[in-house]
Amino acid sequence: MIGLFTAAVILLMGIAIWQISKIYQLTQSNMGIKKENSQIATEKDNDLQGKLMFAFLVFIYVVTIYCFWNYTKVLLPDSASEHGVTYDRLMWISFAIILFAQTITQAVLHYFAYKYRGIKNRKAFFLTHDNNLELIWTIIPAIVFFCLIIYGMVTWSAIMNFDDQDEDALIIELYAQQWNWKARYAGQDNVLGDANVRFLNDFDGRNSVGIDSSDPNGWDDIVVTQEFHIPVNKKIIFKMRSQDVLHSAYMPHFRAQMNCVPGMITEFSFTPTKTTAEMRMNSDIAAKVERINKIRYDNSQKLLAKGEEALDPYQFDYLLLCAKICGTSHYNMQMKIIVDTEKDYDKWISSQPAFSSIMQ
Amino acid sequence: MKEKENHRIRVKMESKEFGDLLDDKNQNSDFHQDHHHKETFITKYIFSQDHKMIAKQYLLTGVLFMGFIGIAMSLLFRLQLAWPEESFAVYDIFLGKWAPEGVMDPNIYLALVTIHGTIMVFFVLTAGLSGTFSNLLIPLQIGARDMASGFLNMLSFWLFFLSSVIMLASLFVEAGPAAAGWTVYPPLSALPQAQSGSGLGMTLWLISMAVFVASSLLGSLNYIVTVINLRTKGMSLFRLPLTIWAFLVTAIIGVISFPVLLSAALLLIMDRSFGTSFFLSDIFVQGEVLHYQGGSPVLFEHLFWFLGHPEVYIVILPALGITSEIIATNSRKPIFGYRAMVASILAIAFLSTIVWAHHMFISGMNPFLGSVFTFTTLLIAIPSAVKAFNYIATLWKGNLQFNPGMLFSIGLVSTFITGGLTGIILGDSTLDINVHDTYFVVAHFHLVMGISALYGLFAGVYHWFPKLFKRMMNKNLGYIHFWITAISAYGVFFPMHFIGMAGLPRRYYTNTAFPYFDDLADINVIITVFALLAGFAQLIFLYNFIYSMFYGQKTVQNPWKSNTLEWTAPIKHIHGNWEGEIPHVFRWAYDYSKPGHKEDFVPQTVPIGDKEEITEH
Repeated sequence: MIGLFTAAVILLMGIAIWQISKIYQLTQSNMGIKKENSQIATEKDNDLQGKLMFAFLVFIYVVTIYCFWNYTKVLLPDSASEHGVTYDRLMWISFAIILFAQTITQAVLHYFAYKYRGIKNRKAFFLTHDNNLELIWTIIPAIVFFCLIIYGMVTWSAIMNFDDQDEDALIIELYAQQWNWKARYAGQDNVLGDANVRFLNDFDGRNSVGIDSSDPNGWDDIVVTQEFHIPVNKKIIFKMRSQDVLHSAYMPHFRAQMNCVPGMITEFSFTPTKTTAEMRMNSDIAAKVERINKIRYDNSQKLLAKGEEALDPYQFDYLLLCAKICGTSHYNMQMKIIVDTEKDYDKWISSQPAFSSIMQ
Repeated sequence: MKEKENHRIRVKMESKEFGDLLDDKNQNSDFHQDHHHKETFITKYIFSQDHKMIAKQYLLTGVLFMGFIGIAMSLLFRLQLAWPEESFAVYDIFLGKWAPEGVMDPNIYLALVTIHGTIMVFFVLTAGLSGTFSNLLIPLQIGARDMASGFLNMLSFWLFFLSSVIMLASLFVEAGPAAAGWTVYPPLSALPQAQSGSGLGMTLWLISMAVFVASSLLGSLNYIVTVINLRTKGMSLFRLPLTIWAFLVTAIIGVISFPVLLSAALLLIMDRSFGTSFFLSDIFVQGEVLHYQGGSPVLFEHLFWFLGHPEVYIVILPALGITSEIIATNSRKPIFGYRAMVASILAIAFLSTIVWAHHMFISGMNPFLGSVFTFTTLLIAIPSAVKAFNYIATLWKGNLQFNPGMLFSIGLVSTFITGGLTGIILGDSTLDINVHDTYFVVAHFHLVMGISALYGLFAGVYHWFPKLFKRMMNKNLGYIHFWITAISAYGVFFPMHFIGMAGLPRRYYTNTAFPYFDDLADINVIITVFALLAGFAQLIFLYNFIYSMFYGQKTVQNPWKSNTLEWTAPIKHIHGNWEGEIPHVFRWAYDYSKPGHKEDFVPQTVPIGDKEEITEH
């Protein structure tokens, strides 16, 4: 229905535009403009198009303001990880610079287009170059970019160069396959057992991430699906593996992403700072959930009217998504992340079966 | 004063010596011009070796035909994104078995995304843009009778045609066309077990690209040789119009980087068909362990992006060159900072070959490399900024003539700035972590290279249409085309940044699997409506183009009162471009509104007057 409506609107607009251009052409020929030049812009064209350029500047500003006004609420909430705070700060600084440069340059560009729209018999100002100006607008961006580069590099090193031998960190393997995620905990010894895709068919295929059963480190490993839990305020080191194609472990609320590459182990680390329960209380998230549930309620009414099942109401959870194209169900490769208090986490993990129970 | 006098004498002497060197060649070409071929339909319209005809062939196949398909595909998947899993009659018609009961299949969604990207990047914006304008303008603007090798030029076009045919043929194979994204990362692209499109469809994709690379290399070598060797008397490098600088440098980057894509494609073909393990290791798919061992997909990413990143400059530089020319002509002012413009083209070209790994910050490569590539990437923003500032300075105190080409050129500067600025975020390895492979990236590169390059392309078509088809395009339709396109381009891509920053990954068939993204559905509808509007605007262009080709107003020789050499050639296309002698050049291409001249333009063929001040030469 909406599609038909859109098509109709577009068609009508097309007809309107066609008619306007027809009328415009007719008025043009009546004014007795010389025929051989009528496809070259006249002073009248310059005047109109120059003014439209100015109007377009207003349009750009309006679109910018509209988007920020209406869409800021859909953006990710404040980071739920330690390094995410620095990430967000760098993002806002960069955005401030971008918006400043965008506002000024678009204004000057479109204002000049409007101001200097062609007039008959006026000659343009002959100016070939100005080395001082060139120097200024080479050096200013250079300085700004230099600062951003330094800031970015320091932050990047801090995020990526973590100590992966850290005894206190919790080690979790994120295991990707078409099209689901699994997480493997290192168990009591906090050491992941060796693993390879060649062991996947062991134990009638129940060895779902291919743990090498001859490596004792792996016997206490715990593999979970659907959702995984992590304790708040504890450094987590993720080791990523993939069994088939490239995937990307994307955890947007924690400002974390790393590709999962078959044949190698990639790493990422962060420290979660807000439990799932705390995040659900966050005002941005609460508002978002409310909006989403309203949309889902409306959609459910439509579905019920058609005799289909209603949608479940939504409750916020942290997400692990796949961000690297990986085939048919790329769009639905997800796992829930639950950030628990340390106590809840201990309770949960102790109730999960270890690999040794599969080996028997 | 004395210094200037000396300088002038020196310049005259230099150009004289230079001219002597060229004399032999000129005689040769003059001889060539007298020698009339008897042309048949086939040699004139099909296997033509004339650069003007080849330019038209590229324009019709590369831009109009392939462009139409590429844009139409984007509209199909935009419909799916706005109204997911809804039934549409258009799917039934165009997708057939891939749209059971009129609902788009997830695999064909990925295939559409893949082929849309491939067609737009390679076929429309690389071959179409460079093929059309390098071919048309290089000989005409440097004062040459034709390309250095007309035969290679013809071969280049027909290889391109062949690769287009193969690519389009891949749409009709049983298991569907390639669907691994236009970057075709293995293992997804290498294993038919992982994705149906990675069977014959992918094989055809790779063959098509291999042929494409051959075509591109033949074309580029020809452009380079022609610009270096066949300039007319007096056309020193610093008198070249910026279009030619851009085409020359583009061709050089192409020659450097395209062979690497070919090698990546060949290695991938080996992995797929001959059991090697360049890119594959430790793979378990559909219940089976595959034999591949020791390869790395990250290697493919390096090889691919070593072309892939220069590729975006191969796309945007010709558009910037075209814009420089059109903005100067229509501002009736010299391009501001000609030498700075040349320097920034060269700087961009150099830097473009050492920034590729910014596509791979989170690919699993050593994080130290991330720092290095952040550094080089943000460096490339400097020459890009210089270019934008110079365009703006060119408008200042000009006498702007708003022909449709001028509107698109200003539009290009606007989208190049908007899209370029968000590059500051993506080029920063830290910030890339959370926006990598989201819609933020899609919005960024569509504005900075997609839309900007398309604007350059449109600007070029409107501006040089009289040269190509001896007729003018209708300006009012041109204005309407521009304004609808400009509004919808921002309408599509501005909101898209926000859904990216909301954490929505790209290449999702539908977002309904995540209730978390439910509140983005409205934004997706808005984007699609603007996309449909933009698609509709291109129909206006198509109509204008075809109508004007046959019934447009006949052009005068130099409709835009331009300085460059192509407008001194007769309107009628003749083999060898100029009757009689090739015009000689005495000045740079940008003496617009120069004091002391009656007209507001001084063609390059006008000798420097005795009392004339030499500002740039």
